[in-house]
Amino acid sequence: MIEARNLSKTFSDKKRGEIWAVKDVSFRVQPGQIYGLLGANGAGKTTTLRLLATLLTPTRGTATVAGFDVVARPHDVRTQVGFLAASTALYGRLTARETIAYFGELNGLSKATIVERTAKLSRDLDMDEFLDRRVEKFSTGMKQKVSIARTLIHDPAVMIFDEPTLGLDVLAARTIVRFIRECRARGKTVIYSTHVMSEVEKLCDVIGIVHGGMLRAEGTLTQLREQYRQTDMEEIFVSAVGGEDETAAKENSEPSPNGKAAR
Amino acid sequence: MNWRQIFTVYRKELRDSLRDKRTLFSMIAFPALIMPAMMIGSILFSMKVVKSAQAELPTVMVIGGENGLALNEALTKSPKLKIVPTTADYARKISEKSVRAAVEIPAGFDAAIAGSNPSAIKIYNYNGELRSGFATGIIERIVDDYRESVVRAKLSERNLPAALVKPFETQRANVAPPEKVGGNALGGIIPYFFIFLSFLGAMYPAIDLTAGEKERGTMETILCSPVGRVELVLGKFFTVLTASLTTMFVSITSLGVSALILVSLMGSGAAKTAARSGAANGALMLDPMGLLAVVVMVIPLAVLFSALLFAIALFAKSHKEAQTYVSPLMIAIIMPAVAAMMPGMDLNAKLALVPIMNVSLVSKEMLTGSFPLGSMSLIFLSSCIYALIALAVAVRMFKRESVIFRS
Repeated sequence: MIEARNLSKTFSDKKRGEIWAVKDVSFRVQPGQIYGLLGANGAGKTTTLRLLATLLTPTRGTATVAGFDVVARPHDVRTQVGFLAASTALYGRLTARETIAYFGELNGLSKATIVERTAKLSRDLDMDEFLDRRVEKFSTGMKQKVSIARTLIHDPAVMIFDEPTLGLDVLAARTIVRFIRECRARGKTVIYSTHVMSEVEKLCDVIGIVHGGMLRAEGTLTQLREQYRQTDMEEIFVSAVGGEDETAAKENSEPSPNGKAAR
Repeated sequence: MNWRQIFTVYRKELRDSLRDKRTLFSMIAFPALIMPAMMIGSILFSMKVVKSAQAELPTVMVIGGENGLALNEALTKSPKLKIVPTTADYARKISEKSVRAAVEIPAGFDAAIAGSNPSAIKIYNYNGELRSGFATGIIERIVDDYRESVVRAKLSERNLPAALVKPFETQRANVAPPEKVGGNALGGIIPYFFIFLSFLGAMYPAIDLTAGEKERGTMETILCSPVGRVELVLGKFFTVLTASLTTMFVSITSLGVSALILVSLMGSGAAKTAARSGAANGALMLDPMGLLAVVVMVIPLAVLFSALLFAIALFAKSHKEAQTYVSPLMIAIIMPAVAAMMPGMDLNAKLALVPIMNVSLVSKEMLTGSFPLGSMSLIFLSSCIYALIALAVAVRMFKRESVIFRS
């Protein structure tokens, strides 16, 4: 389970001083559920997910991930989390097998467990053919499979995906979407960020619309449709963030595209 | 501290680095092949230049030969010089190197000698030019011999013994042990070499393991795994240190081997005499204890460099940016190491605390066979402290979000 309570993060900017990349965000994701964070670039999605994955420390508020507090026990949180982002690349000079084993070892798994789990993941993801080849020569789709295996080697209870389909072709993106569904089927807690409306509609049990670092709306697709009296996700999104003019004005004053960095 | 994780990170980083051609080049190929090739090449080349310069019969002009007939004859008859007809533009010809030197015998020279009046011979040469220098030397010896013969003649005219020309002889004899001679010749350059190479060996992996990871996008991947920050830094740091020390040991070995090759090459040639006092012979005569002590002293420096480079490169977002930061550091490292090479620079209590320079200075002492234990332990200890501070800074940097996620 994931529970965020008033999760907040500020970055300091030389020109504009302190900027709230995430402000008082609270939500809850149950096991076997996919929670979708929907927002434009710079809305605070990446920062929120990095706070949950303990890559960043919150300025205020906290979150509990798989029973551990992200501020008090970041190390324990990481043993329970699989984090996959467009920005989490692989080591090109290692083979697929070595990559998976490295993350298995860092998770404290025994050699026998690593061998066994690697064999299973390789079978499931259809990786046998290239398991002992170096990652640098792989296609995007092959790399995606290795990344998935890397996040699953320690069988985490919580999966965090930060725009995992960004820059992928249709087939590679479908692999990821299928994989996310499988995670839900296995009872994992899944949180997922994207700016693609159709993905959210297809995939998410609960949708949170973020804008300007704040959670503007939350609910199932049906609930949101009722609340905003719209069927189209894009229209719902625009209404939730306060209309197109507001969106444009906000975007111009955002700290950085994606809020991807702490400065 | 989880040593298993540190070892896991270390093993992975080492494997990763060893598969990188650029790391292999800076760690092994450069110190093992290129450096000795450059050293042997430049020494052989300079020996060849000197030999061919010595073999050349220098062309010399005599100005005013009629003023000193006997001296002119001595110069003309010398098999070591080729006297060419005098022209008015001798200065230009020397500058153009078509004539190596010119001797000017002043008017009334013979008369002045007969009357025991002082006069001066002038030798025009190209100052600093090797061949002109040789020609000048030959002319000087002929002129000196002629002067001596004049004095002898004058003495015998007055019935005085010829020994008055040289009332006594001077002789040089070396009493320093051979390793001291070698140590003095190489005392400055060897530690400088080791210091520079341990830096160079650490440079590329330090950048690749920090800024390189950020650039390739693998930093975030590793940070979201359960590896501790301190464990991750230490695993990476030990990889950089391994590269640094490997570079140093490879260079020591290759230097030793190339010195042996050099001596055997020179031993067969006519330049044997030149080699006797030369650098290669000195290297062979170096006290092995001294050399070992230098290596021990450089180890904490390698730790310092590895940690320093690590901390600096970590701040950068890309290889390119990291190189911009590291280049000035290289000069900051070379300066104190070179300063210790300067003549008259000796170790004292204050200098013993100046990082890098202290190691360079004490190495100079140790290679000449003296082991100042007090200074040595002070320097080793202070180097260790500097290294630990740098490592602590690297760990702190790694824990800072603004450094790791800098954009």
